[in-house]
Amino acid sequence: MALVPLSRIAMARSGDKGEGSNVGVIARSDAAYRFLKRELTSERVRQHMRAINHGPVKRHEADNMRLLNFLLHDSLGGGGSASLKTDAQGKTHGLALLRLVLDVPPDILEATPAP
Amino acid sequence: MKKREPVLVANGQGFWGDSLLGPIRLVREGPLDYLTLDYLAEVTMSIMQKQRARKPDAGYATDFVRMLERVMPELVKKNIRVVANAGGVNPQACMKAVLAAIEKQGIRGVKVGIVEGDDILGQLDELLASGEKLANMDTGAPLSSVRASVTSANVYMSAFPIAEALDQGAQIVITGRGTDPGLVLGPLIHEYGWKKTDYDLLAAGTVAGHIVECGAQCTGGNFSDWQRVPDMARIGYPIVEAYADGSFVITKHAGTGGVIDLATVTHQLAYEMGDPRAYLGPDCSADFTSFALEQEGKDRVRVRGVRGHKPTDTFKVSISYEDGWKAVGQLTISGPDALAKARLCAEIVWKRLELDGCKYADSEKLVEFVGANVCHAGIESAERNDPGEVVLRLGVKGRDKERIERFGYELVPLVTSGPPGVTGFAGGRPHATEIIGFWPALVSKPRITPKVTVVSAGGS
Repeated sequence: MALVPLSRIAMARSGDKGEGSNVGVIARSDAAYRFLKRELTSERVRQHMRAINHGPVKRHEADNMRLLNFLLHDSLGGGGSASLKTDAQGKTHGLALLRLVLDVPPDILEATPAP
Repeated sequence: MKKREPVLVANGQGFWGDSLLGPIRLVREGPLDYLTLDYLAEVTMSIMQKQRARKPDAGYATDFVRMLERVMPELVKKNIRVVANAGGVNPQACMKAVLAAIEKQGIRGVKVGIVEGDDILGQLDELLASGEKLANMDTGAPLSSVRASVTSANVYMSAFPIAEALDQGAQIVITGRGTDPGLVLGPLIHEYGWKKTDYDLLAAGTVAGHIVECGAQCTGGNFSDWQRVPDMARIGYPIVEAYADGSFVITKHAGTGGVIDLATVTHQLAYEMGDPRAYLGPDCSADFTSFALEQEGKDRVRVRGVRGHKPTDTFKVSISYEDGWKAVGQLTISGPDALAKARLCAEIVWKRLELDGCKYADSEKLVEFVGANVCHAGIESAERNDPGEVVLRLGVKGRDKERIERFGYELVPLVTSGPPGVTGFAGGRPHATEIIGFWPALVSKPRITPKVTVVSAGGS
């Protein structure tokens, strides 16, 4: 097993959704997608983002795009123009999640081209 | 009539404030049938209602008219049709300005159409009286709790009225509020005669519209692997190459910068996504897990197999209301000990305000040390020690404007009455600005009547 950031095996796009944000995590390979479906749970994401998101996290899946979509329900300090935060739209939340360090088996790393 | 295939529909404006070059380059740098442009955000509608209240012929996107002035002769020569939600809360005034701009260039016979009926600000009480709840979709609260502060109310309209304006020969179609994907779906309904029950086809047009609705966000902009995106300065804006069977290719003009591949397209498909199985719109519910993506050439991604379902019997309504005041200001604080001094500065500001009887609750104030991991707070791998400088950002919000305004007086004084190395007070004292609350709601479809009007520039 090797400790690597999530960015080694996945990409991400985030944006605002009402008073929360969504983070779409896109696996870089089929093997990485299977691994992430198992390991990257809503609870794990909630823990990692707990200083940013103060609400629950819900996960949706889209196998056709190797996509795990996470909804962070309270991550903007109030929605729309009510937020005082620099990142009032959650534009940087994808990169924040990609910093998550994971223990990834070597066969999955081998099957997943690095960026 | 024989259908033309494919039809090329581009998006040259992803949001209010997008680059002016997007639409101009799309017209000039390659073939195109339709140019779509998105000028509206939730906050925009509220601002436009205020502009209109002060000046009856204001309340639309004036950028749109200026852009048309630059490219109008080319649009006519190449017979490119334009669909834009530039009408804001005053599509009629926008049409008048567009007609005047066309006539000024000596061009005659160009038809301009508008779609109205989305603006229900004047009908709110009538709708409430008739039994429409217009409750907040997120909280369930009744509209009566903010009714007196409402500043705008607009329905996310169907794409069919856009198609109707095109059917009537409009070369330029101006709408108020509609869905962003609808700007692309409208032309496809017009071209291919898709019916209201063709849910798979309507969903295909919706998915295509979603992919291009944020402009360059599907061609390599805001992309994880940014290092491999070539020539970002001249990034190409996206084009949907659409076919009658609902399949389409996402592409861009040859020679432009950026990249279109499975990864860049998937990034945009994930943007602002909720449940991918049920992407709800006024004309259908699209299933984003149903289709297949395929790279079929350089900068060409084909999408096929989109499935859709019957829409709900309500339209989404975007309501905005006055929701208090806020002020945010910043200072730059140099090292050594930048972060420690910034923390001291923040403490001084709050204490001095308190000395004058102005105390803010934790939920009313913000402290950020930009440069010391603000965006990725609490994530260990991002924590850094002793940055060369930090930007101290302080903010407050609340109902009482005077209390919010008072805060602004205590920031800049730190330059002379705080620790050393405090600078960067550009912009001067922060002032209270209005917070616009956003109230998503639903309204029964039969209550809403779209109105399509088409007229000719300089007479017909």
